[in-house]
Amino acid sequence: MKKRLRRTMMFVPGNAPSMIRDAHIYGADSLMFDLEDSVSLGEKDAARVLVYNALKSIDYGQIEKVARINPLSTPYGAKDIEAMVKAGIDVIRLAKTETAEDILEVEALVAEAEKACGRENQVLLMAAIESALGVINAFSISTASKRMMGIALGAEDYCANLQVSRSEEGDELLFARQRIVVAAKAAGIAALDTVFSNINDMESFEKEVRFIKKLGFDGKSVVNPRQIDPVHAIYAPTQREIENALRVKAAILEAEERGSGVISLDGRMVDRPVALRAERVLEVAVACNMLKEEELQ
Amino acid sequence: MRLIKKGIAGTLESGDISVEVEARDSGGVEIELSSTVEALFGRQLRQVIEETLKENGVEHAVVRAGDKGALDCTVRARVTTAIYRGAGSEDYRF
Repeated sequence: MKKRLRRTMMFVPGNAPSMIRDAHIYGADSLMFDLEDSVSLGEKDAARVLVYNALKSIDYGQIEKVARINPLSTPYGAKDIEAMVKAGIDVIRLAKTETAEDILEVEALVAEAEKACGRENQVLLMAAIESALGVINAFSISTASKRMMGIALGAEDYCANLQVSRSEEGDELLFARQRIVVAAKAAGIAALDTVFSNINDMESFEKEVRFIKKLGFDGKSVVNPRQIDPVHAIYAPTQREIENALRVKAAILEAEERGSGVISLDGRMVDRPVALRAERVLEVAVACNMLKEEELQ
Repeated sequence: MRLIKKGIAGTLESGDISVEVEARDSGGVEIELSSTVEALFGRQLRQVIEETLKENGVEHAVVRAGDKGALDCTVRARVTTAIYRGAGSEDYRF
């Protein structure tokens, strides 16, 4: 599903059976099984076979299943794609994406693997942008394929490429973050922020999440289950926002019943952006268990 | 699949299984299993190991497995990886 909630995408090391087994119990919107950086070169085969078998047998329910594959320039990338597509993955995530061509190369292999197992046009793509060139090309990357569902910032490699250090304030990431958000929104796909690695500094983590939410990111990549609830809490709407969104929805329904194209609430016109914002608030409210799906009917 | 050397995969970490697969000329499959959950799941573990060997065309082998509560899918994955490593092949069939 191209449009869906992606407040949290949790990294799951691809060669860690216990983490793969338990990953779905913590409530992340998406799980990203990592075949790349968290797997040593000598274990690439083992991780691929492990994630393949796990995806074939563990029921992850409604959680989105993403696989971060190795680059196609390595001997592992093409094999990762074949295994993950055949295992039923929802999304293939490319690391270190720099150009639209990177996406097209992966797309061709995805299509080939889909054809071989009879699940054509189902697998989506997302790209991690981790270099200055990738940031500059963010929009062409986002629009390279109809399969693109999102782009994410990978801050460590980006900072290494810029030859700067990461600071607590994150000033060095501001341009990349803003460009990635704007490119993603212009392309109609999701923008996901980079990880925050210090799992013991929850105060700085929450500060960063509040900031990236304000910038327009749809969610954050997380490295530990403890980071999930704080992100969801920050992304949760307030009670007042929910009540207002419900009133907007009621006004839309009422106008539809009257056969009127003009929708008003409290004497003010409800235009498309207002309706879309209300829809998003209600969607997140349901995901946060602040509202039951039945209450939307 | 023809085993040309000892194939090893997996670890002894919780939730994993360490597997060694070694070819022999005859005598079918022999499994030396130690497991933290042997009393409850020993039979099932052996069955999954045997099935995975069979699926990969291994008829005669000694398997040494140290299980730390692995799920069936993990057992299948580690045995498969050990077989391919033992066969010196990376041409996995997915």
